[in-house]
Amino acid sequence: MRPILMKGHERPLTFLKYNREGDLLFSCAKDHTPTVWFADNGERLGTYKGHNGAVWCCDVSRDSTRLITGSADQSAKLWNVQTGTLLFTFNFDSPARAVDFGVGDDLAVITTDPFIELPSAIHLKRISKDPSEQTAKSLREIRGPVGRINRAVWGPLNKTIISAGEDAVVRIWDSETGKLIKESEKESGHVKAITSLSKSADGSHFLTGSVDNSAKLWDTRTLTLIKTYVTERPVNAVAISPLLDHVVIGGGQHAVDVTTTDRRAGKFEAKFFHKILEEEIGGVKGHFGPINALAFNPDGRSFSSGGEDGYIRLHHFDPDYFHIKV
Amino acid sequence: MTITMERPASANQSNKPRWGDLEDDDDRGEDYGYFAPPEVVTETDEHGVKKVISYKIKDDGRKAKITTTIRIRKLAKTRLSKRAIERRSWPKFGDAVNTDDGARLTIPSTEEIIIERPRAPGSKADEKNPGDALGQLGVKGGAVLMVCRTCGKKGDHWTSKCPYKDLAPPPEGFVDKPTSEAPSASSGAAKATYVPPSQRQGADRSGQEMRRRNDENSVRVTNLSEDTREPDLQDLFSTFGPVSRVYIAYDQKTGMSRGFGFVNFVHKSDAEKAIAKLNGYGYDNLILRVEWAAPRTN
Repeated sequence: MRPILMKGHERPLTFLKYNREGDLLFSCAKDHTPTVWFADNGERLGTYKGHNGAVWCCDVSRDSTRLITGSADQSAKLWNVQTGTLLFTFNFDSPARAVDFGVGDDLAVITTDPFIELPSAIHLKRISKDPSEQTAKSLREIRGPVGRINRAVWGPLNKTIISAGEDAVVRIWDSETGKLIKESEKESGHVKAITSLSKSADGSHFLTGSVDNSAKLWDTRTLTLIKTYVTERPVNAVAISPLLDHVVIGGGQHAVDVTTTDRRAGKFEAKFFHKILEEEIGGVKGHFGPINALAFNPDGRSFSSGGEDGYIRLHHFDPDYFHIKV
Repeated sequence: MTITMERPASANQSNKPRWGDLEDDDDRGEDYGYFAPPEVVTETDEHGVKKVISYKIKDDGRKAKITTTIRIRKLAKTRLSKRAIERRSWPKFGDAVNTDDGARLTIPSTEEIIIERPRAPGSKADEKNPGDALGQLGVKGGAVLMVCRTCGKKGDHWTSKCPYKDLAPPPEGFVDKPTSEAPSASSGAAKATYVPPSQRQGADRSGQEMRRRNDENSVRVTNLSEDTREPDLQDLFSTFGPVSRVYIAYDQKTGMSRGFGFVNFVHKSDAEKAIAKLNGYGYDNLILRVEWAAPRTN
């Protein structure tokens, strides 16, 4: 396959997200402007200007009208997807890290980093249909985990919130009461910080990637460990194929070491694993820095990766990808 | 797309139209359009190829026949939702308004990326068995290449497949010979090959001997896992006796272990013990191969 290279960002990529139909691709980077691209040919549709810091995460509503972004400028912003106009700003006292729309798009979860004396927190916000009625009031605030919460997503029917972060523990919270329901076990769980979390298409299971060189597949309801995929480098990004029993894992050596070693040592490939057999299927090379973001197109026929090198690489699979035998 | 030109026989060869001229004539050609025969479009065949034949009268009254061959190929089947089609026509916004920039930002990769299948560490992508290839060569090409080192038979079998292998004396390659024997062994082979003066019988070998001693109780360890470090090897081998040197080969570029190393023992008996015990020993999921380090061939 011949990937499409998109060099719209001047700083490392942090997050990639497709909309539901898979025709738009949203990218976040450490430069301050999230960008939207056409996911078929990689043409740039627009940029969302207004943030004043690295943008860590984004999510798009199911009807592709609204975008929420979380940024290191201590804010999360709501945008009009079509025009790029800013609809609302949620201000916090510390950098916002993860954002996620709930089912129905009337709820959003935003996590904030620990900052000086402030511990990290998970904020639940109500998103109004009419942006003029939007308020900054939090429905609930959950505190507890130590260190950054790198990802927080909604569980089935918005009943739970799944969070994972620097303390290497995956937690499931009750979104109504804010109480902790389940916690991943020390023995089976990750050993080091969890960098990424990605839900399956139906939300029944999810994949976490960690700097302990592994990615783990968990059951969303029971939080039982299903599978473990082991690589030889820190995992920064994970994604689950919505079409085949594949997972893709991206990472590479730590960004600070990149310039001191050979490119071959970095292992900046996106590695494909068989979801059930836990066996490596293949690797897709191309980035010359660690992969920070991965996303599968909802149709499962293309995927994109974003790297520390500032490039987004959009891969449309060759026909033979769909017949790979393990 | 192919364009063929038909010119009247009387046309001067030097008047041959150029590609550059063709471009210019496209616009003016319309004036003469009504003189030209109508356009003919052939049906699309099973390969998706169709031909469009059109005629054009040029300024100088010459008639040009333009045959355009078009192949229609379906690149991919996609089902687009109405919303997605609608979004396709959305105007650009933000920094993307400047379309010149946008074209520069998105470029198809110049290199073809393939999904690389993983393979066992150490194996080559398409490794052929050199023995088989050479064996066939030997049968075909006069059997000169295939000489059994055990029984000396030519063109019949390889050394490893020799039927008299069990009768033959053990190969000398891995036996650590005392240095005094080394010159005599090399002089035996000196009948045909050049032997440097320093290695000939009676040469002053005092300097060499110093080096030899260093290599003497050297044990080569192969099939080490990539995670094994020198202290690990030290731990493993020091149980047999004092170890003077432990070395693991690392790739200079990547810093990864290359999977083999050397251990030097102070006493030869310890080295023997280590080889006997650790050859075939399972270490970190791999089966170690421990043998005498072959003396350098320089």
